[in-house]
Amino acid sequence: MVKELLKGNVAFAEAALRYGLQAYFGYPITPQSEALEHLSERMIDEGRVFLQAESEVAAINMVYGAACAGVRVMASTSGPGFSLMAEGFSYIAGSEVPVVIVNMMRGGPGLGNIQPSQSDYFFMTKSAGHGDFHPIVLAPANVQELIDMMGLAFDLAEKYRTLVFVAGDGALGQMMESAELPPMQPVRTERPDWAVTGNAGRKSRVITSLYLDPEQLEKLNLHLQRKLALIKANEVRWQEYQTDDADLLLIAYGTVGRICLSVMREARQAGLKVGLLRPQTLWPFAEARIAELAGRVRGILVAEMSAGQMLEDVERAAQGKVPIRFHGRMGGIMPMVDEILADVWKLAEEVRVKS
Amino acid sequence: MGIQATIPEDMEVVYSYPAALTERSTHYCPGCTHGIVHRLIAEVIDELGIQGQTIGVAPVGCAVLAYDYFDVDFVEAAHGRAPAMATGIKRVSPDKIVFTYQGDGDLAAIGTAEIIQAANRGELITTIFINNAIYGMTGGQMAPTTLPGMVTTSSPDGRDCHIAGYPVQMSEILAVTSGAVYITREIVADIPSINKTKNAIKRAFMAQIAGLGFACVEVLSTCPTNWNMDPWKAMAWAKENMTKTFPLGTFKMTDAVKALKA
Repeated sequence: MVKELLKGNVAFAEAALRYGLQAYFGYPITPQSEALEHLSERMIDEGRVFLQAESEVAAINMVYGAACAGVRVMASTSGPGFSLMAEGFSYIAGSEVPVVIVNMMRGGPGLGNIQPSQSDYFFMTKSAGHGDFHPIVLAPANVQELIDMMGLAFDLAEKYRTLVFVAGDGALGQMMESAELPPMQPVRTERPDWAVTGNAGRKSRVITSLYLDPEQLEKLNLHLQRKLALIKANEVRWQEYQTDDADLLLIAYGTVGRICLSVMREARQAGLKVGLLRPQTLWPFAEARIAELAGRVRGILVAEMSAGQMLEDVERAAQGKVPIRFHGRMGGIMPMVDEILADVWKLAEEVRVKS
Repeated sequence: MGIQATIPEDMEVVYSYPAALTERSTHYCPGCTHGIVHRLIAEVIDELGIQGQTIGVAPVGCAVLAYDYFDVDFVEAAHGRAPAMATGIKRVSPDKIVFTYQGDGDLAAIGTAEIIQAANRGELITTIFINNAIYGMTGGQMAPTTLPGMVTTSSPDGRDCHIAGYPVQMSEILAVTSGAVYITREIVADIPSINKTKNAIKRAFMAQIAGLGFACVEVLSTCPTNWNMDPWKAMAWAKENMTKTFPLGTFKMTDAVKALKA
């Protein structure tokens, strides 16, 4: 295969299609509308289902219906649309059907703006709807990883019959860079043995999230929690850069993770032993590894395009073993290498690490 | 089938559960018309021979457990979203017969956008719309279809349209959408009207099978419990009062639907 110059939004849409996407339901919202535009042509060309819904509320419920019917289905959106979908997320979690949602985060709250942000971290990892559940949240840092994670997203969604979010931001959606798309994979023709397909030759199936008997509902919840524990045990993903000898540890994900790679390199050039841990799954979170590293390094700097959301998970994982500082930008502003680097130096001074 | 086992050889079964209905006792209140409409739908499914291909979408409201009573595949939608969910199912399973079963709060309040857009797209689904002018499951609050002056637990002095707005006439609204092919309002207050309703439901399913477009049968229904009436009085009240705000009749029927032999 060859590398092509691809825009993030087009790349994940085309990648999803090549990974066997059977149905897409969406609603235009900046900064991810190119995905909907791309699929409006490609899905129809390939004889698959594409429908522009009247709202994100309708889109997520169409996704829910198609998932119940047992096909590979997704939607993509950004902040305000993602909020509207929260109702469906909860039903999807409660009824255990596999669904993939891409959220290209933009500045909030409210209508906010259309610039890159990471302020939906709490929403995606901790409270994507009413009730006790966590979606799996994947956090790509470049277009190639975004492409690759679409395949992983479908595999995980179907393996665990769960909701998977692919968490990008406006920068990742809009940037163009060279990347390689997967080869076209065959579309699955059979439907899973839990899907609603008509009861011909078998007993009727019901897909519901309603359990009026509290004991039954608690049983479902215990089952969901066991599944989440399994996901936590098996699916934590992260990347580490030069952590072996690090005195200081940077922790950042997605676009900011990428920026922090430059921060790390510049700090190293100046003689500071800085490492980087970049979570690739935001839920489940690399807490065991961070706990380990927290016992080894002298200080941690977390950087995010938010007021400090992943920061809370890092603090929880590090269990007070080491000073943790934070660099955050909000409102759709991306932090620059220099400003994060300045905070690295400040932390070095605070914990008496010298170059 | 347990019933048939006790029937002597020289007698035959002339009336039984339709195959598309389970034999479970319903949770519906005495005098409620959900049971009648469930049975009509099940009879239609049997007569059309589509039990094995049918997928139902249950609402939120008194019929939230409809899937316990129909012996077909079912999903349970969020409040008002049944038409969107049905759209998702039908688009990826065009060979299946998909229907939604919705009440007035579900379809005419929280789910107004979803039903109008599904109708306008000409979505190949069938909607059975139970209008009893009240929120039954939550305890008798004012519905979008509550009649002017009607007392409910959230309009204790009677619905004041200057404050609460006017009853929503969904069939009239749906009839002007381009994608709808068959929109009718029926009642299940006596044997003739029950038979007529069954015929309408059958036609609505046939319109889907023929691939003609969106069809909706609104059924004026009773809620003796929350209307504070006995079943007989409730039937009479529905006939007398509901039909004034919600006139019976067919609001849209394309020639192709008319040509169907229901």
